[in-house]
Amino acid sequence: MMLSGRHANSTTRRTLSASAQLLRRFHLDGMLLGLLGTVILFGLFVLYSAAGENVGQWINQLERLLLAMASLVLLAQIPPPWLRRISPLLYGVGVLLLLLVALHGSVGKGAQRWLDLHLFRFQPSEIMKLAVPMMCAWYVHERPLPPSLRDVMSMLLIIAVPAVLIAKQPDLGTALLVASAGILVVFLAGLSAIVITVGAIITAAAVPIAWHFMHDYQRNRVLTFLDPSQDPLGAGYHSIQSQIALGSGGLFGKGWTHGSQAQLEFLPERSTDFIFAVIGEELGLVIQLGLLLLYLAIVARALYLSVGAQNTYARLVCGSFALTFFVYVFVNTGMVSGILPVVGVPLPLISYGGTAMVTLLASFGILMSLHRHRQLVGA
Amino acid sequence: MPRPVRIKDHWREQRLFSTRTLIAIIVAAALLSTVMGRLFYLQVIKHRYYSELSQGNRVRLEPMPPDRGLIYDRTGAVLAENTPAYELELTPEQVADIPDTLQRLSALGLIEADQIPSLERVIRASRKFSPVPLRLSLTETDIATFSVRQYDFPGVEIRTRLARWYPFGESAVHALGYVGIISEDDLKHIDRDEYGGSALIGKSGLESAYEKDLHGAAGQQQVVVNAQGRHVDSVGGVAVPLESKPPRGGNDLILGIDMRIQHIAESALSGRRGAVVALDPNTGNIVALVSTPTFDPNKFTRGISTKDYVALRDDLDKPLFNRALRGTYPPGSTIKPFMGLAGLEYGAIEPTTARNCHGGFTLPGSSHVYHDWKKEGHGTVDMRHAIATSCDVYFYGLAEVLGIDHIHTAMSELGFGKLTGIDISGERPGLVPSPAWKQQAYKQAWYPGETVIVGIGQGYLLTTPLQLAHAAGIIATRGKSYRPRLVTAVRDAVTRQVNTLPPVEDGGLTLRDASHWDVIIEGMEKVMEPGGTGAASARGAPYRMAGKSGTAQVFNIGQNQKYDAGRVTERLRDHALFIVFAPAEAPKLVVAVLVENGGHGGSAAAPIARRVLDAYLLGKYDVAGPAPIEAAADPQER
Repeated sequence: MMLSGRHANSTTRRTLSASAQLLRRFHLDGMLLGLLGTVILFGLFVLYSAAGENVGQWINQLERLLLAMASLVLLAQIPPPWLRRISPLLYGVGVLLLLLVALHGSVGKGAQRWLDLHLFRFQPSEIMKLAVPMMCAWYVHERPLPPSLRDVMSMLLIIAVPAVLIAKQPDLGTALLVASAGILVVFLAGLSAIVITVGAIITAAAVPIAWHFMHDYQRNRVLTFLDPSQDPLGAGYHSIQSQIALGSGGLFGKGWTHGSQAQLEFLPERSTDFIFAVIGEELGLVIQLGLLLLYLAIVARALYLSVGAQNTYARLVCGSFALTFFVYVFVNTGMVSGILPVVGVPLPLISYGGTAMVTLLASFGILMSLHRHRQLVGA
Repeated sequence: MPRPVRIKDHWREQRLFSTRTLIAIIVAAALLSTVMGRLFYLQVIKHRYYSELSQGNRVRLEPMPPDRGLIYDRTGAVLAENTPAYELELTPEQVADIPDTLQRLSALGLIEADQIPSLERVIRASRKFSPVPLRLSLTETDIATFSVRQYDFPGVEIRTRLARWYPFGESAVHALGYVGIISEDDLKHIDRDEYGGSALIGKSGLESAYEKDLHGAAGQQQVVVNAQGRHVDSVGGVAVPLESKPPRGGNDLILGIDMRIQHIAESALSGRRGAVVALDPNTGNIVALVSTPTFDPNKFTRGISTKDYVALRDDLDKPLFNRALRGTYPPGSTIKPFMGLAGLEYGAIEPTTARNCHGGFTLPGSSHVYHDWKKEGHGTVDMRHAIATSCDVYFYGLAEVLGIDHIHTAMSELGFGKLTGIDISGERPGLVPSPAWKQQAYKQAWYPGETVIVGIGQGYLLTTPLQLAHAAGIIATRGKSYRPRLVTAVRDAVTRQVNTLPPVEDGGLTLRDASHWDVIIEGMEKVMEPGGTGAASARGAPYRMAGKSGTAQVFNIGQNQKYDAGRVTERLRDHALFIVFAPAEAPKLVVAVLVENGGHGGSAAAPIARRVLDAYLLGKYDVAGPAPIEAAADPQER
């Protein structure tokens, strides 16, 4: 095995502080953890205002956060070979559960996404955010890279099955995230530029076909994205109100808890999908740009860690997780600022809502496991 | 090109991955830059535009209703005022399903189920953003009922508004009128900007006639609202600078009515159907305007229930009907002084010409006998005596000589058959018949016999109590005619200056021979002297009165039949009328009294007029004065 030069300075690491020792023992990356923690704390700060100073909601979020943190630490302890071996199992169970949801799931907000396990309700589509890239990575792990066309087609099939099932629920946002997580693996595995170009052309050609299969509300979202003023009180309302919130915030915002758009409830989904508009309205552009840079730093650090990962499987999974995190950030902020249509994608680590938080931190847990265990071997 | 052997090359794969990662991070940074650019565009370049939009989002222009002008009587007593009341209001644009909301409010007992259709019509006709009152004056129970369920009723709110209150209740309602909820019909006629936030509008009487003065003009204020349109005090603890344009209150009205006299007339008429009009003949100022039975206008201002309204509307005694200016009655013998005046003016008779009365009159070439009210007749009478004793035969003959055309002209000049022009609406003109009118109305020729009975105020001749008072005023002032009016002064809402309105003289009468006035007035004075038909009511009066009684037939009795008051049902009995002015030498007040089915004018109507005169001229308010009632927060408690 080759050690890259970046890790040659392991001698200095031995003399690091006790906390660094502790992090190493638990296979955690201090810098990534610090960046995540900063965003999470900032998120709690924003959520208090966005939730209308509803302490109950805030505490709820805190509880889920602790659960998510625990899952991060826990997953970081699992040795990478185990993770690789359970990948097909996780994927298989996930697809089965998705089928189960399609047949028996309970309906919430007009969509069939939940599986009622009596103890808690559970969204199998969340598992797929982890399982799809892991499965794809497992598939190409033993194969030579860049993948052959046949391998690419197989991976696309692995991606398509759960993505279609999720899109059918209908949950376009999650389907998009699941599909992109898988496709990112294919891309990182070295998909040829020619195939990417052809794929892009096919995608463009598929738009009218996709339109045909869309639900009315999904079509409306696309239409109102193209022209929100068409239906300012209906489907265009979200988009218009969030742009008013952002625009009126200016450089420095109206002040924490002083955003009229958010506090007077003109802004819909203010504590969940549109929380980025609250940040813009109350704290202003400067803080927003800072947050975006922080996100970019997380992505960069995660990618950096994945470059140093031990094997193909680890690299691909880590890289995919890192970039999926970025997809979250881009789709959400793009939607809030009106350059993308309204899709139900939360702002990672900040939006109110537990499942996404748990999945995200779990993915970082896996990422740290895959990265840190390498050093164990190396040492 | 030979296909390369595919073996796993870890170093190459590592490099491939690093390249891809680099591409990815560059693409990510590029995409994020687009977002940042977009944010910069929204938050810096378009900041002002969106700031204004955001301000408009939470700041709404709300109308501020003006305070309605008050109404005072001549002594300064408040007859109509404004008191706070809790109103249930609905803002159409904030209610998704209006029929459903109304149904649910009705299920809670907050509105009546049978009012829903009319409320829906009003809501449809109203502006989407201006609140529509669903119910005025909620009780405390209603407020509690609604408050706990307010969450289920977005767009429905309880607001404190000024409601109208009439402290004297039923008193003078036919003069004051009342205000009620603005109806779909009203909305077609009003300037909606002026009525923003107002729930009430004058529906009748002075409230309606002086609506423009009383209402004032609405103002506007900016208020902070949330997305549901509910009022919020501040945004996250920060007060928002708001602008407002205050409303201009309505002007106050000052009436010529004296509530003490009004009350005396009302209590004298209580239990009967009738009307009293008392006015100053020198100005036309009305001192009392009574129509009984009356009703409580406060019921209307607080949103009358359908049941109560139907009860009032269908009451056989017609309390809503303003008898003083809408009731048209045959004047009976009260027409005789006017008929006499016409006779003198047209030279049909001389003041001293004596006629013999045997108790009956026949037209030449006819066997039909027109009876006198006094079977044995009055003997020989001249004009003065004929008026004093109300001799029918004298006036039968006079009418025959005068002819219907002269009668028509003269009565019209005295204001009969046309509107007096009083400053409230609803007045009826009554009827002074003419052959032309009969041809048009009945397609029949005029018969001489019809002229004869008009001579004693029967037949087609119809007058209102107001017209009788007004015409008597022309005699009292020897030819001056003033338009009757309730409002004598208006107090400006802004300057608080009282503008006294000058009396409006209209027409008037100049006689061929002014001494004819004296003949008629002397005849009317004799009515009040021993031997006259009104003598009993003048007994002991320290001033001289000039009056005329009248008894108008409601029920046509056949030839040779005797009218027996005991035999006909109460509603078919004769109407009692009386007109009077005093002091005769310099009249200060004219009173016209009508008692429906009251029997004889001299006995049923004249005493009422006497009490009014005593009060006005002598200050004898012997009946306990009317006590204003405090507005109750809860009308059901009253």
